Amino acid sequence: MKTLNRVGLAALSLMLSTSVAFAATEVTWWHAMGGELGTKLEEIVAGYNASQSDYVVTPVYKGSYAETMTAAIAAFRAGEQPEIVQVFEVGTGTMMAAKGAVYPVYQLMADMGAEFNPADYLPTVVGYYTDTEGNMLSMPFNSSTPILYYNKTAFEKAGLHPNTPPATWEDLEAYSRKIMESGAASCGFTTGWISWAQLENFSAWHNQPIGTLENGFGGLDTELTVNGPLQVKHWENLKKWQDEGVFSYGGPGGGADAPATFYTGECAMYMNSSASRAGVLANAKDFEVGFGMLPHYADVQPQNSIIGGATLWVLQGADEAQYKGVADFFTYLSSPEVQAGWHQFSGYLPITQAAYELGQSQGYYEANPGSDVAIKQMTLNPPTENSKGLRFGNYVQIRDVIDQEFQALLSGDKSAQQALDDLVSRGNQMLRDFQAANQ
Amino acid sequence: MDTKRTVFPAKGLPYLLVAPQLIITLLFFIWPAGQAVKSSFEREDPFGLSTSFVGLLHYARLFQEPAYLASIGRTAVFALAVTAVSMGLALILAVAVSRLVRSATAYSTMLLWPYAVSPVVAGILWWFLFNSSTGILPYMLSFFGVDWDHQLNGTHAMILIIVAASWKQISYNFLFFLAGLQSVPQSLNEAAAIDGAGPFKRFWTIVFPLLSPTTFFLMIVNLNYTMFDTFGVIDATTAGGPNQATNTLVYKVYTDGYIGLNLGSSSAQSVILMLFVIVLTVIQFRYVERRVQY
Repeated sequence: MKTLNRVGLAALSLMLSTSVAFAATEVTWWHAMGGELGTKLEEIVAGYNASQSDYVVTPVYKGSYAETMTAAIAAFRAGEQPEIVQVFEVGTGTMMAAKGAVYPVYQLMADMGAEFNPADYLPTVVGYYTDTEGNMLSMPFNSSTPILYYNKTAFEKAGLHPNTPPATWEDLEAYSRKIMESGAASCGFTTGWISWAQLENFSAWHNQPIGTLENGFGGLDTELTVNGPLQVKHWENLKKWQDEGVFSYGGPGGGADAPATFYTGECAMYMNSSASRAGVLANAKDFEVGFGMLPHYADVQPQNSIIGGATLWVLQGADEAQYKGVADFFTYLSSPEVQAGWHQFSGYLPITQAAYELGQSQGYYEANPGSDVAIKQMTLNPPTENSKGLRFGNYVQIRDVIDQEFQALLSGDKSAQQALDDLVSRGNQMLRDFQAANQ
Repeated sequence: MDTKRTVFPAKGLPYLLVAPQLIITLLFFIWPAGQAVKSSFEREDPFGLSTSFVGLLHYARLFQEPAYLASIGRTAVFALAVTAVSMGLALILAVAVSRLVRSATAYSTMLLWPYAVSPVVAGILWWFLFNSSTGILPYMLSFFGVDWDHQLNGTHAMILIIVAASWKQISYNFLFFLAGLQSVPQSLNEAAAIDGAGPFKRFWTIVFPLLSPTTFFLMIVNLNYTMFDTFGVIDATTAGGPNQATNTLVYKVYTDGYIGLNLGSSSAQSVILMLFVIVLTVIQFRYVERRVQY
């Protein structure tokens, strides 16, 4: 009900905004949320603008994550930067290192006297954006983690229990073969984001290091270490499964072709962001969708998964009044009502403990089975050095290298060991470049 | 025959008249190119907060990088293929249309449409047609025993970007060839026909040589097109993949500089690309142009 009121207020404020705008301080927020997420985001901002008259936040859609980030950097170089910019998780290393360009959130909140307690936020989310001294550098907004979606109808047809997703990779392989043999689907599984789901989260989930120095949290002279035996084994399996038709490669980056193969029932299982939930439910017309945690290898106890998505960074160069507005807006953004509304609408994680509890008391998770899989998977165990996240410079480029090496593996040009070794040496070169440019 | 010479008495006037052109050239061509050369010698963080001079480091590293060297060969294949395919097909179409008495305008209009399509849209169109799970072309190819998969097969991916980039450029070439064909005097053709020359002989010995200025111009324009303007097409179809099989020089400049924010290396690559094109153009003007009859 509260959100409904806010929408009403927002509409009212739009009508009155001409008279209000004279007095209000303007804050600009560049974001990368298109489509329905963008509409929801604008609703949240309109709600904030209606709730007070001192500040007016203007959201500006800037395209994809990479486009938004590069646009903000170009704008900063030209002295035309927005106050707030949404940056995806792989840009974290770059933003953190840009000490003269960003205004760390913990400092902003303290300087502006805003109420702010990092302990209110989910530790797995906060950890990702916190420096080694425990200072929170950016404001979490939309964090997600990859989960397993599966086709319950195909499971039933193949004689599998529709409420039991595979827990291990061994199960997943056996289920896939059973499904394919029964003709319930022609492929076992597919995945979006090879780098994020099948390397970074895979490593964290199995408590394997992604890089040295606490996955890069400990300093710029970090090195990648994803060529360990377990990762090699997994990539070998993916290659084998691809050749046998058990796995279907969905393409580089986000894996643009992966969703379609799941939606059409071609593949019975699909790993992707928890924030894909709304899209999956809207597109899975001919079957029922089940939700499960990521599979792990039977001989390893799963640890916890790590996040993706984006946070809000504050850029230097604005005046005091604008920063006051930013702090005030952030306080509003972290309120349990706003966060729970955003989380339940989008499938992104609730950023704060209070937002999660609010959802529980509203009975949201009971009414929507599977909507809390991501939270449970994130908080399964307290994060270790290997599973609290990753922080590497030039990581946008390194992700490209990961995709390239994975393609070399699938096309048969390289063995899994060779591909991962090359990935590590090419990635380390980029890390050294970043280190040299930021010292 | 005397050449007619005009003498302008005013000394400053010619300079004044050329000045706007010179200023524009300096401002929009020479200065940015100079900036690219400058930043190719520097290492800089994305925000431009710290810059250090690194000399020829970026260049040295590029020429040690196997991926970059492979990209040069790949670009050559791509540039030659697109130029040959788009110019060849455009010439055939232009000859066909110029033979039409009626409805030639209607055909020309239709053939010009692809030029109005933006590179990204053209790329997406071909991406759809060739999509291995939903596209119509892989489905048709499967009847011929071809298992189309440009997501993992580098050769398939290269064919895809050549087709997409050529399709986009055919209209432009067509327009110039058609104009060229229409300016060939009909009397020459008729005279040759009276002498007993068949249509093919007439084309090769009369029409085609008279088209040589157009062909030469288009060759240079097309090579420049493939070197510089095709990154939109590549971005929308293969994004340089799989495993860099379609990562041409210009696409690498774009991804390293714009997406990866590695400005130093990206600038060095664009300087090298600029040198390539300058050398190519010089060679063309020195050696190929001799065969052109104006």
